Amino acid sequence: MAEIQIKGVAKRFGAFTALHQIDLTIADQEFMVLLGASGCGKTTLLRIVAGLETPSQGEVWIGGRRVDHLPPRKRGIAMVFQNYAVFPHLTVYENIAFGLRMQKQPQSEIDQRVRRTAEMMHIEQLLERYSGQLSGGQRQRVAVARALAMEPDVILMDEPLSNLDALLRLEMRAELKGVLADSKTTAIYVTHDQVEAMSLADRIAVMHQGRIVQAAPPVEVYRNPAARFVGSFIGNPPMNFLPAKKLGADQFIVAGSAIKGPNASGDIEFAIRPEDMAIGPGGIPATVRVVEPLGAHTLVTTDVDGKIFRAVLDSNIEASCGDILSLVPRADRIRWFDPQSTSAIQ
Amino acid sequence: MRSTKALPYFLLAPATVFLCVFFLYPFVLVAIDAFTKGGAVTLDNFRTMTSNWKFPETLRNTMLLAAIVVPIQLVMALSMATIVSKLSAGRSAILYIFAIPLGLSDLAAGLIWLTIFEQSGFLNSWLVSLGLIDKPIMFLGYQNKLVIFIAVVLAEVWRATAIMMVILVAGMGLIPKEYHEAAEVFGASPWKRFIKVTLPLLKPSLQTALILRVILAFEVFAVVAALAGTQFPVLMGETYHWQFTLQDRGVAAAFAMLILVISIAFTLLLLYLLRVPKEARL
Repeated sequence: MAEIQIKGVAKRFGAFTALHQIDLTIADQEFMVLLGASGCGKTTLLRIVAGLETPSQGEVWIGGRRVDHLPPRKRGIAMVFQNYAVFPHLTVYENIAFGLRMQKQPQSEIDQRVRRTAEMMHIEQLLERYSGQLSGGQRQRVAVARALAMEPDVILMDEPLSNLDALLRLEMRAELKGVLADSKTTAIYVTHDQVEAMSLADRIAVMHQGRIVQAAPPVEVYRNPAARFVGSFIGNPPMNFLPAKKLGADQFIVAGSAIKGPNASGDIEFAIRPEDMAIGPGGIPATVRVVEPLGAHTLVTTDVDGKIFRAVLDSNIEASCGDILSLVPRADRIRWFDPQSTSAIQ
Repeated sequence: MRSTKALPYFLLAPATVFLCVFFLYPFVLVAIDAFTKGGAVTLDNFRTMTSNWKFPETLRNTMLLAAIVVPIQLVMALSMATIVSKLSAGRSAILYIFAIPLGLSDLAAGLIWLTIFEQSGFLNSWLVSLGLIDKPIMFLGYQNKLVIFIAVVLAEVWRATAIMMVILVAGMGLIPKEYHEAAEVFGASPWKRFIKVTLPLLKPSLQTALILRVILAFEVFAVVAALAGTQFPVLMGETYHWQFTLQDRGVAAAFAMLILVISIAFTLLLLYLLRVPKEARL
């Protein structure tokens, strides 16, 4: 059992506040992804859980034990670093055995665990090599094997795939997911890559400017962004936003047509994902700017009232620059945001 | 294309020629001096050198001094470098202060310590003014060989630890922080991190620092001359003595060759002991 509780954690570097009052609970065996752009505080939060950084305030609990005053080695964690940090002066075998040797495990146990994790990561033929003789992908595998060999309660990963090329990243992603599910550890995984986050996470915590904006399962984060930032950050292409002028009780004018919306006191913002629209009568008039056929779909970038508005349409559409399309949003996929607080309106 | 390839060699040529003319050529002359007498090839100079009554003591003193000074300096330089590397502010100020003795010639360093230890020196005047002793003690007299030795060790440590530290600080700066963090996360205590991660990754810098220091230790001369005069003979001092006092270039050259051989032997030993296989490099 290793539930992680982050209670009111804040981190300040001089006058700069990297994290504001973070509260987050990660369930036992849950795979939590911290997702955000660089500088949002996700790595700082991970390092605070690891014990490599001390919080300015707040508490960190792992498995029912308060750990924020403990050094990393007493927290029952293992970590995979962004640059792998595979020790260059040790062989792959000794790298994987490093933590076990520090725990003074008997040699037979060390040997068994090193060989088992090496096999799991498909590096059993590399055990006698040095880091300098490995490719990036192999080093990555060693770093993961080293963490798994510890059989930790918690495994922390700091952008572990960001230094791999695209194809290898895809392969490692799937492999990581399988290996970690089998290992039954609680995982925190930091990334700026939303596809990685979506594919790996049980839950995604989207971070922005030192705050967690939303922590929810991937589909929930995608479908029901809790804030405008989440909608604009997740999804490629991102969500479209248009101003919605209040007309009546729950009626709003969006790009010249009346749409039923939530009960709000004033003007709000209308949002729709590019793939949630189809061409039809009485839709939003959109002037085509760029047409990009992507095979399965065609991405059409249009102009609605001077704002960029993208639609992912069926690839058989025939549109060219300057055409005016009538884009009809799927009613159940329309989302609304408060322009002041930027949070979603139900 | 051809000219750009040749350019580096062309630019290095003057320095190479300079070294050949003013280093290699005199070196060959010294070697000839050492191995000849009256035009004939002989080992007489080496026989004279080794059969001299002072020779065993000279060799022992030099070795002992190196064996004591270098480890003390290594430990001090490592500790100081570790502390300096951890500093976030004031790091360069401290480096400059530590580096002050580097700016002094070794004779000046010897003289500074002489003013402390001599009969009318600082140490005696403090001890007298504090009432701990009645009259000044002759610390560096021939009866006090141990004190002389300690004074030389102190002066050498004071003078040349900084050079090792500067090299080690630079070396530590080259080790990525992530290795220490990984070691920390995987259960290594600060001491284990130092032994298992810092030291092995610091090998190339340790090698440079130790080779430099060991060679300098075998060449110790002016500090000893200032503090001990002839009370504590060392190899370099004897070289000087044979060359200028006894006017025997051949034996002086033999001493020089001996120092060279010892230096080369220890350099090779250090290169071997602290070697890092190519694949295990940082």
